[in-house]
Parts: sequence; C-alpha cells; structure tokens
Amino acid sequence: MTGYLLRRLAFLVVSLVLASVVLFVLLRMLPGDPANALTSVGASPEQIAAARHSIGSDKPLPEQFTHWAGQLATGDLGTSFVSSLPVGPEVTQRLSVTVPLTLSAFVLAVLIAVPAGFVAAYKRRTWYGALLSGVSQLGIAVPVFWLGMILIAVFALNAGWLPSGGFPQDGWSDPAQAIRSLVLPVVTIALVMSASLIRYVRSATLDVLDSDYLRTSRALGSSFGQAMWRHGLRNASVPVISILGIELASTLLGAVVVESVYALPGLGSLLATGIAQHDYPVIQGVLFVSTLAVLLIGFAADLVQRIVDPRLRHRLSGGAR
Amino acid sequence: MNLPKKPLSAGVLTVALAVTLAACGGSGDNSSSGSGAYDKNATVNIGSLYEPQNLDNTGGGGQGVTEALNGNVYEGLFKLTDDGKVENLLAKDYKVSGDGLTYTFTLRDGVKFHSGKALTSKDVKYSLEKVIAPDSQSARKSNLEVIKSVDTPDAKSVKVTLKQKSISFVYNLSYVWIINDQAKNLKTTEDGTGPYKLGKWTRGSALSLDRFPGYWGTAATNKQVVLHYYKDATALNNALMTNAVDVVTSEQSPDALDQFKSNQSYKVNDGNSTTKLLLAFNDKAKPFTDVRVRKAVSSAIDDKKLLESVWGGYGKEIGSMVPPTDPWYEDLTKVNAYDPTEARKLLKEAGYAKGFSFTLDTPNYDPHPTAATFIKSQLAKVGITVKINTITPDEWYTKVYKNHDFSATLQEHVNDRDLVWYGNPDFYWGYDNKQVTKWVEDAEKASSTGAQTDLLKKVNRKTAEDAASDWLYLYPQIVVASSKLSGYPVNGLNSQFFAYDIKKG
Repeated sequence: MTGYLLRRLAFLVVSLVLASVVLFVLLRMLPGDPANALTSVGASPEQIAAARHSIGSDKPLPEQFTHWAGQLATGDLGTSFVSSLPVGPEVTQRLSVTVPLTLSAFVLAVLIAVPAGFVAAYKRRTWYGALLSGVSQLGIAVPVFWLGMILIAVFALNAGWLPSGGFPQDGWSDPAQAIRSLVLPVVTIALVMSASLIRYVRSATLDVLDSDYLRTSRALGSSFGQAMWRHGLRNASVPVISILGIELASTLLGAVVVESVYALPGLGSLLATGIAQHDYPVIQGVLFVSTLAVLLIGFAADLVQRIVDPRLRHRLSGGAR
Repeated sequence: MNLPKKPLSAGVLTVALAVTLAACGGSGDNSSSGSGAYDKNATVNIGSLYEPQNLDNTGGGGQGVTEALNGNVYEGLFKLTDDGKVENLLAKDYKVSGDGLTYTFTLRDGVKFHSGKALTSKDVKYSLEKVIAPDSQSARKSNLEVIKSVDTPDAKSVKVTLKQKSISFVYNLSYVWIINDQAKNLKTTEDGTGPYKLGKWTRGSALSLDRFPGYWGTAATNKQVVLHYYKDATALNNALMTNAVDVVTSEQSPDALDQFKSNQSYKVNDGNSTTKLLLAFNDKAKPFTDVRVRKAVSSAIDDKKLLESVWGGYGKEIGSMVPPTDPWYEDLTKVNAYDPTEARKLLKEAGYAKGFSFTLDTPNYDPHPTAATFIKSQLAKVGITVKINTITPDEWYTKVYKNHDFSATLQEHVNDRDLVWYGNPDFYWGYDNKQVTKWVEDAEKASSTGAQTDLLKKVNRKTAEDAASDWLYLYPQIVVASSKLSGYPVNGLNSQFFAYDIKKG
C-alpha cells in the first residue's frame, strides 16, 4: 500500500506540473493583451510598453513561467495585474464560499441519489420506480441556471423565505445568515447532480441484482437484505465511487453558473472576472487551485475504491502491498 | 429582450474607454425629492453591476470606483452639478490671471481627512501630480497634462500654472480626488475628505461606507451605505424585489422594468444619461470617405424604431455627439433624419446606385448585436449589404481603436463633453476637418465659457451635417428604488452616485 501511495503521489505531482505548464502556455496563446486593461484611451505605445513592463508580460515566456513557478513553490499565487492585490488571500476568501457550497451540495445529492437509485432499480417494475427513473432523466436535461431561476422565483420572490442571492459581507461571522444564503444554491446543484447520480446508482444496482453471486448467496439461504449487505452494496459502490469523484470535481469547476445566478462571491465568479480582464495571475491562481482539488478528489476516490474492493488493490498496484 | 449590459466582459469600453470616458459622467446633484420623516441611522443598500477593481482611480480602479467613492469618500476642489455646471467644493474660491495661464485656488477651512489630518495645499499638489504622473491610469490624465507646475505659496493656497489656456481646466478638476499626501495603500484603503469613510470592502461581494463624524460639511442623511455587487442584471433585480437592496444605480434590463412600474413599493426614475450608441464609420476608408455615403447610411436607419426595439420607449433620439446636459447641446435630430428615399438619392449621386457592401465590426455584448442586425435589415432596403463581424471588446480595442483596421463599427461612448474627439484626426473614426480641429482648439483656449459654447456649437452642427458618425440613440439612465427611499441621484449617469443625501423612511 505504501508503494502505491508513493507512486500515486508522484503521479499527482507530475500531473500538477504538467497541468501548470499547459495552463500557462494556453493562457498566453489567447488573443488580447493584458496591458490593454491597464492603459486608458489614447495611451501612447510607451505607456502600453510601460504597462507591460510593470506586470512583466514583456519578458520571455520561460522567464515568466519560472517566476510564477518560483512563487508557487513558496505558496504565493502572485499579484493581480488589474487590482495589484495578492491572489492568494482572494482565492482563500472565495474558497470559503465555494467549498461549503460544493461539499454540502455533494452530500445532499448523495443522500438523495443513493436511496432513490436503489429504489429505481429494485422497484423498477412499480410505478414509482419508473417515475424515479423518468424524473432523473428529466433532471439531467434541466440546465442549472434555469432550475436556479425557478427556485428563486418560488422560494425567494414569491414566498420570501430565503434570499434570492448574495452572501453576507462579513462571511461566516454570522453562520445562520451565511447558511441561509447557501440553501437555494446548494439545493440547485444537488438536484441537478442527483439526477445523473440516480441513473448511475440505478444501473450499478441493476448489475448487482442480476449477478450470479447475489443469486448464489440467496440460494445459500441469505435473505435479500443480508445478501445485498454482504455482497451487493460493496460491488455496486465501486463504479459509483468513481462517478462521485468526477461529479464532485465537475461541480467545483462548474459552480461558476450557480455563483452567477445567485450572485455568490465564489471561486467561479473570481475566475470569470479574471478571464474578462485578462488577469493572468488570477486565472492561473484559480485554475491551479482547482486542478489541485480535482487531482486530490481523483486520488481520494481511487483510495476509497481500493478500500471497498480488495481486488483493485492487487490489480492497480501490481500485487504490491 | 434582456440586456445584461456591460458585464465585466465589456472589457474595452468599460476597462479602457469607460474607465476613461465614463469617469466624465455628469453630476448626480438633481436628487429625487426628499420626504419628511426618515431614519437618520439607516443603512442604505445599493445594488450595482460595477464593482471597483481596486480603490485607486489613478491605478486602474475602473468605473466602479468612481461610482462608489467619488463625492462620497473623496472630494475634488470642484463638483459638477446636474446641469453640467461646476460648483466649488474643497476650493472656497479661485482667481485666474489675465493671460488665463495661472489659477490660484483658496482652500476651504476646517476640512479634515478621515485619518484626522487637516487638508493643506500640499495635499492638493500631491493629488494633482498623482493624476499626471507617468504611471497614472487616470481618465483625466491627458486633460490635465496641460499643467506646467503646481506651487503652494501657503497652506491654504494652491497656484497652478498651465502650459496653455484651458477653459475646461476647472471642469476637469472636478474629477480629481484630493488625497492625503501621506496616504499609503490606496488600492485597498482610502484617505479622503468626504462625508463617508470606507467601512469594509469584500471583493466580489460588497463595499460599505460609514458616515464620517468629522465631516466639514452637512453630514450624510444616513448612517451607512453598502454597495452590493452583481454580475448579472437579473440577480440584481431579484435583490431589489426581495429588498436585499434599496436602489439599483443603473437599470440595464428594460424588460425587468414592468414588474417595478406596476408595483407601488418601487419608483422607476427615467433620468438623463450621456451614453450614446454610435455607428462609427472609418471616415478615412472607402466608401465612407464620401460624405454622401455617410449621410445616406444615416438617413437609411430608423433610429426611433431601433430605440423602441432595444429600450422599449426609454432613451432618446440624438442627432449628434452632444447629449442634452452638455452646454453646447442643440437638437439636431432633423439633420440626416430617417428618409430612405433621400438615402437612395444620395447613394446614386455618390456612384453607388446599386449599393455596396461593408463589414460592420460589432462588439459581442448587448445591445450591439441587436443593433447590428437591425442596421443590416434597414440598409438592405436601400441596397447596402452589411456583413456583421462579431468581435470581443479586446479585439475591438486592438483592431478598431488602435489599428484603425475597420470600415464601420458599433460602440457606446459614455462620456459627457466628448464631442471634442471629432477635432482629433487621429482618433479611431478618422474624421478629419481642419476647420473643426481649429474650432475645437480655439474652444479650449477661449476666454469665456460663452465663447467656448459658441465654437463647440459650430463643431456640433458641422459634424452632424457631415454625418461624421451616425449617432443612433442616447441611452436612458434608469434608477429604480424602493419607494421608502428619497434623495438619491436620478441622473447618476455612468459613474457618479452621491449617496449622502439618501433618506430611508
């Protein structure tokens, strides 16, 4: 297991480095000049050159990259071109919105999807089993922003129970207030996420229900519940866990839409602002942190899968323990 | 049609032109009428789409920083009133030398910065020099480069010597913030003399201003102002509907207005803006070098119908670059008015009886794509084929603004008093008329505002007759507020939003 962990860690570091290089180069290939955002109308070529110099975008790419990588190594995400403010604290502040948002939505989605998916599979011949499948199909087709607007219209504009958007200026210093502003966004993400999860849980459960080992277990005298508990759930959870990892990662990255609908000052809206302004350090900072998060989530999903399914430990690690 | 106008992606004009031009918005002095009883300790929540990028207006803070801090936290020597006139603010009075080159300002007594330091002439010198410093990104920089030197004969007097006469000098000073010369970290903190001091700024979310107890003038009529920032016009309107904000500084979504108009709890104010939507020709590129072609295109487009379809009855038709709040305004909507028959005639005279085809560079954010489609269908009726080329604000800035590589383009110009750009033959639209250039130069050197106004009226008429550009319409300035609120600026124009007179009942 230690050998596996070390290899996995090395893989993570290499991926992160490669991702950073690609990210850095791709950003520079985009059309547009960040100096434009820093100079006003009628700026002379000298002024524009001075702006480029002040942000260092006149230096050769490798030099810019090593500078950035050097900063990263010391935990510094650099300084925004546009605001001249450090990116690190900004990202941390935004994470205090995005992380609770994503994690609670994820947990809620799992709480909805696992029982619902199971019921949809086990009771697939009943009307409510079919209904669950149908609703989840429909849910996949619903755009996040549309669902958000509907929820706002119903629960904020009409009922007035919850705020339509925004986040307390003082952040989490009044937790009740902060939680209130996250309820609708969390529900929005969770509903959309659970719709696709239900389908995965359903098909994984169906596989298990039709499996020989379950039938064998039943034949040997186990009740359905016992057989499911001992063999079924474990097997069904393996494919679902990797899907959960992917869903969590994509939600983290996709939060930008929900953050925009609910005017939340999260990581996604910071990224959107950065892109609009060609603010490379901000874009790089956000994407670097997101990449790290996605890699870590993948790592965690892998690890959990291996704990759940002993066969994977052998296969992936070449038998090494 | 929903108009989430100018989000951050409106880069060029918001980041470049608007930062520059928008900062020349008018004043918001013409407040809505005040009511009787109000809460002196109220917190007023203001909703806006324009978050500052930082808090320094000479350091690329953008349009949002003007909206939040101008007049509220920072004050100038002068202040612009709603009809475009200049009033004394931190300057008690001033004298101009006979040759018009030396201005001596006397400062008001008893003015204190938020840090507690008393205002002296040194602070004024520092503030003026900060605007024209090499690294300054101030919108006023090019206007104030006329300054030769700033002297401080005593603590209460500032003597400014100009390189040449500049009748707009005092007007331009109304945009210069007077800052404590000892102040540090102006991108995240402040030290001004205004009725509010900065409370807390949470990037991406909100900025609060607290009443400053040591203010030299009349104290603010509310205890605190919180500006809440939204990226999305719908989210902003929802915030107003749920009372999360009391007022929206600039409504960009005409479709949303009905829900407020039909509701007693809100008031929709239709104010004057200075933002013009332009179909700008490249006057140096064929076929727009020919005045008859430009006139023909102008006459072939029904501006009224366009305005109706984009803004649904709000906004105004405009016949030139001059909005009604500029002193040299004249109604020139009759010049090159909508007349397709006349357009066909002019085209024939210019040798384009069978029409021609051109590419219209169109910024990709509202209302430009809508306007471009409308123009395309209008011009098709007189035989002109329009190819719409949608570009990002960034591309616009490089291709059109810097490289002049275009035939015609759409753009919004938010500034007041920006007629003078037609005196600059190197400006992106390339209008080159020696007489107009001379009038513009003479106007700036004029000895009286009367003489300046007369000359700029000539420029106004001449550029309109030459169809230097086609001025499609003047944007409305719509402030929507809770009916419990009064005293807010209704003509807040693009950037300024004075909050100190707002009363919450």
